[in-house]
Amino acid sequence: MARVELINIQKSYGSVQAVKNANVVFEEGSFTTLLGPSGCGKTTILRMVSGLADPTNGDIVVGGKRINNVPIHKRNLGLVFQNYALFPHRTIGENIAFGLKYRGVSKSDAQEKVRHSLDIVRLPGVEDRYPQQLSGGQQQRIALARAIVIEPDVLLLDEPLSALDANLREDMRVELKAIQDRIGVTTIFVTHDQSEALAMSDKIVVMSAGVVEQIGAPDEVYNTPASEFVATFLGASNLLPATVAGRNETGVIMETPEFGKTCVPVARSITLGDAAKGQLMIRAENLHLTKASITKIDSANAVVEAVDYQGQLARYFVRIGNTQLQAINMISGRPFSAGDKVNVSLIPEECSALPANDT
Amino acid sequence: MRVWSLLKTYTVMVYIFMFAPILVVLLLAFNSSQFGGFPIEGFSLRWFVKLYENDAITRAFRTSLMLGALTAIISTTLGILAALALVRYEFRGKDLITTFLITPVLVPETVLAVGLLIFLRWLHMPRSFGLLLLGHSIIALPFVVLVVQARLTGIRRDYEEAAQSLGASPLQTFFQVTFPLMLPAVFAGALFAFTISFDNITATVFWRPSGMETVPTQIFGMLRNSVSPEINALGFVMICITVGVPLLAGMLARYFSRKKI
Ligand SMILES: Nc1ncnc2c1ncn2[C@@H]1O[C@H](COP(=O)(O)OP(=O)(O)OP(=O)(O)O)[C@@H](O)[C@H]1O
Ligand SMILES: [Mg+2]
Repeated sequence: MARVELINIQKSYGSVQAVKNANVVFEEGSFTTLLGPSGCGKTTILRMVSGLADPTNGDIVVGGKRINNVPIHKRNLGLVFQNYALFPHRTIGENIAFGLKYRGVSKSDAQEKVRHSLDIVRLPGVEDRYPQQLSGGQQQRIALARAIVIEPDVLLLDEPLSALDANLREDMRVELKAIQDRIGVTTIFVTHDQSEALAMSDKIVVMSAGVVEQIGAPDEVYNTPASEFVATFLGASNLLPATVAGRNETGVIMETPEFGKTCVPVARSITLGDAAKGQLMIRAENLHLTKASITKIDSANAVVEAVDYQGQLARYFVRIGNTQLQAINMISGRPFSAGDKVNVSLIPEECSALPANDT
Repeated sequence: MRVWSLLKTYTVMVYIFMFAPILVVLLLAFNSSQFGGFPIEGFSLRWFVKLYENDAITRAFRTSLMLGALTAIISTTLGILAALALVRYEFRGKDLITTFLITPVLVPETVLAVGLLIFLRWLHMPRSFGLLLLGHSIIALPFVVLVVQARLTGIRRDYEEAAQSLGASPLQTFFQVTFPLMLPAVFAGALFAFTISFDNITATVFWRPSGMETVPTQIFGMLRNSVSPEINALGFVMICITVGVPLLAGMLARYFSRKKI
């Protein structure tokens, strides 16, 4: 177990900057997720920590020691690949015991450790089978067992669940998290699936095009996104151009043509700074639709344009003047239908203020 | 319908044309007659006995086996190293080296043979078994490289990366993971090399030191005097080796891979 630090890490492939100046701390025993769209540099960071790629610049520190020049086989890291990479010519037992050979573990101890790790991943008794004889989910567990049996300082997982089907993925997600809690190993998890990231992580590192956009707890990045990218990448949001109409001790007053003046709390307007223009961010689930009535404060009259019915939820597309907004509401009684006139209201404490969109 | 039967007949004819001479040799090897030819007079193994008692032939046989085995070892070792470099590493001049490794297949054997001979003459080196071995290895190398390279390309890097992350050094990774995974190709490449060397005559005629005979050059020499039935027997043995060895190897490989799965 160890704390991992990336200090000014940068990686270029020719003219492509895969990672631009990243500074991230992975706390000892924590579960941290690298989240971002395809090609944003998640795998590259993982490969640099594991030693499969050398950073162009910067330092990687594990447990207080700079390890840039330590070759991969001396780093004591557990690596789990998207395609599992179980050795096809070795039995499950031999696969799991592979790393123990290089750690001077005796044969009988190794056998015991293999059995114990198979218990942990809840697949006892498969030692003598070959990888091809197991299902995808089972192979995934073996890959995990092989990585944790060596008691690594850090566990690195690159989209380990993406090759599984949806149901299995959710089960494995819960199980993986439980195993990590139990053994308490510092874990770096790569995914581009936001629900995976939100459900499992102690901390999420949101990345875009090689840049770390925000680091924070799941509710932090979800509720107080640091940038427009984070706001739109996680969940469904509405971003309305706004002017700053004033500031007081409780918050910033953002004025929009749709909702008039909205007072956003200070804690939710940090990245705005003292700019005169910005954007009002409202999560789709924080816009509430009610039957059109007298206009209350912090609300507007709108017309439902489309409905996406999802069982207990419905996603509505509503129009206020020239602006289309998304709202996700629980359904109580009958859902609204296209053409209905409704009143759309928000709660200012649930809104955020972001810097203006320059482009 | 007509077209199909025509095509069928044609195909059968082509096969007869290709295999009839071989069949003739196989049959005549057992003919008891002194003057090899049809009709076959009786079944006999006497030509095989004669073959075994012929010192020149057994010597040529030993030379060929030795040459083939050494060629297989050398070209396979070099072939594995070359394939590893070409598939797993990026370096300047890679395309050039690939071309260079493959050229011996494209250059006519006579040209290659004369070229090497002139080169050695320039170095003032006499013809020797070593030269012959070197030459055969050059001829066999491209085949080994191609076979091993194809296999290696199919082995995902993940396996090697996983092994290293678990603590295996690059060398240990090679012997524990890469080599076992490419073993079928290594095996095939080695057999290929052996057969190529065992069959070779053109280049061998140029390169062998005086007095040394391989099986093909021995047969060639004997044919100049007369067509003795012994040659049919020898042909039979050669066909058995060059066809039988790869078949056997294929069967073994299948047996072992089945046992595993
Ligand atoms: N070996 C390489 N050579 C050249 N460019 C590379 C190499 N590896 C990655 N890149 C580039 O670096 C960038 C980041 O790649 P990376 O694999 O880290 O993305 P990722 O976030 O893991 O994406 P994904 O979700 O698709 O796996 C991409 O633009 C990619 O094209
Ligand atoms: Mg990736």
